[in-house]
Amino acid sequence: MNIVVLVKQVPDSGTQRSLDPSDNTVARATADNVINEIDEYAIEEALQVKAAQGGEVTILTVGPASATDAIRKALSMGADKAVHVTDDAIHGSCAIQTSAILAAALQQLEYDLVLMGATSTDGQVAVMPALLSERLGIPQLSGAQKLTVEGSTVKVERQTDGGFWALEAPLPAIVSTWDTINEPRYPSFKGIMAAKKKPVTTLTLADLGIDPATVGLATATSAVVDVTGRPPKGEGVKVTDEGDGAQKLVGYLVEQKLV
Amino acid sequence: MAEVLVLVELNPADGTVRKGTLEALTAARALGEVSAVVAGGPGVAAGARDRLAEYGASKVYVAESPEIDEYLVAPKAEVLAQLVAQVSPVAVVIPSSPEGREVAGRLALKTGSGFLTDVTEIAPDGTATQVVFAGAQIVHSRVTTGTPIYTLRGNSVTPEPAPAAGEQVPVEVSLSEQAKQTRVVDKVVEQKSNRPELTEAAIVVSGGRGVASAENFSIIEGLADSLGAAVGASRAAVDSGFYPHSFQVGQTGKTVSPQLYIAVGISGAIQHRAGMQTSKTIVAVNKDPEAPIFELADFGVVGDLFTVVPAATEQIAARRG
Repeated sequence: MNIVVLVKQVPDSGTQRSLDPSDNTVARATADNVINEIDEYAIEEALQVKAAQGGEVTILTVGPASATDAIRKALSMGADKAVHVTDDAIHGSCAIQTSAILAAALQQLEYDLVLMGATSTDGQVAVMPALLSERLGIPQLSGAQKLTVEGSTVKVERQTDGGFWALEAPLPAIVSTWDTINEPRYPSFKGIMAAKKKPVTTLTLADLGIDPATVGLATATSAVVDVTGRPPKGEGVKVTDEGDGAQKLVGYLVEQKLV
Repeated sequence: MAEVLVLVELNPADGTVRKGTLEALTAARALGEVSAVVAGGPGVAAGARDRLAEYGASKVYVAESPEIDEYLVAPKAEVLAQLVAQVSPVAVVIPSSPEGREVAGRLALKTGSGFLTDVTEIAPDGTATQVVFAGAQIVHSRVTTGTPIYTLRGNSVTPEPAPAAGEQVPVEVSLSEQAKQTRVVDKVVEQKSNRPELTEAAIVVSGGRGVASAENFSIIEGLADSLGAAVGASRAAVDSGFYPHSFQVGQTGKTVSPQLYIAVGISGAIQHRAGMQTSKTIVAVNKDPEAPIFELADFGVVGDLFTVVPAATEQIAARRG
């Protein structure tokens, strides 16, 4: 079973993030960058499938040179090798363009299963499984809270409001996972040391046969017109409960016509 | 007048039109004459047509086939792509559910278009508004390629009736083999509740770590029920097993934007703020006066939730008789 896990490096969602005022793209150079948290669940799931069925886990990342930090984290968890697509021309690409790059890279790899986190904490677009399914012509099973592989069939519980949908499709397939699916392992010291020796292949757009003019900010399918800071909220009212907290709270709701 | 397509989402339980669809119909009017698109199993459109007409649909395209509900996402994208080719709309507006975004993405590739997700407003010239990075920045964007496709964040627009003809137009459905790869074998409902759905609710009451146990969440539910509100939970509460993940509000859960958001025993970590920061009015109850949630709150009570919340619930219930 060959498994490819898509991993994205994102600005740490626990820090103040912003768009770069020079071109309105995500400010990555100045940010505290980390592996997209939800991707760790996809990596863990890949490692569990490998443990049960054998095979190899490959990490695939599109991103600037500094994204190697996220790749090393993935390798230290136990993935076998990585492919890093990096090229200055990719800067500012939209989801559609990024999906073209990922699809081209996947076509150069052997895979039975493609795994990824259900969303990234920076863009929060959450459509990559659908875009790759459309481009590669393989089934999409997105939003998984549970994954099983039985022979050449993949079964997923797709998380929904108040329940789930049971999905089924033939391999090869694309699955995205939520953070309900497992509990990701922490990299061990041994894993961290081993990761330093694992192979990371770097590819450029030329290696993938992609014309640089078709990706990047200039030809993205959408464009930012302007960015403004959200107007600061007016100072709120804060009261300390002295037996009258509930009354004051309800009084506020009534005054605001919310009750 | 230019035509705008709106993909309709129906409530799975009773086939009625979801609030997010009424919002999409309302927002789409800025762009042109609205046509609703109903895609689903046989007979699905019958119960929806009147409501769609009431909210501004001049036409209701009806694509009915058992196969549409048997397979995930792809069939609806194919139906929409076929319609886009036929009627050349100026734009397509889709409610921003997980399925809605995925349909939007596939449709964009099929039609050679760009798409914008989670928009909160669409101007007549097609410029859309998005709130990014946990509400820190407001971005105006335009689709620059093909037919603009938007997914509209729930509760961003107030649905307003605008009666129109609602002329039914049948659409022939013929799906490709590629659209029939991921089979929906079963739809399982685990939690039946009479409360409104989290992303649609006008009022949301959420509990956090301070609620301290699963049993204590009945206090949150009590306040929610007195207000006719949905119940949410912070990641800390979900990770501690107090409440199911499908009710999680935040970065790795749902994004809500209700009229009123009441955060109970929630400190207000960025993870949580990302999911609720655009709520119109925010009320917080927390025993820690330094909790960051108070920076966001329009009204905050520093106090013990176990006394304040039940008392407030009682007073609201009494007011409502």
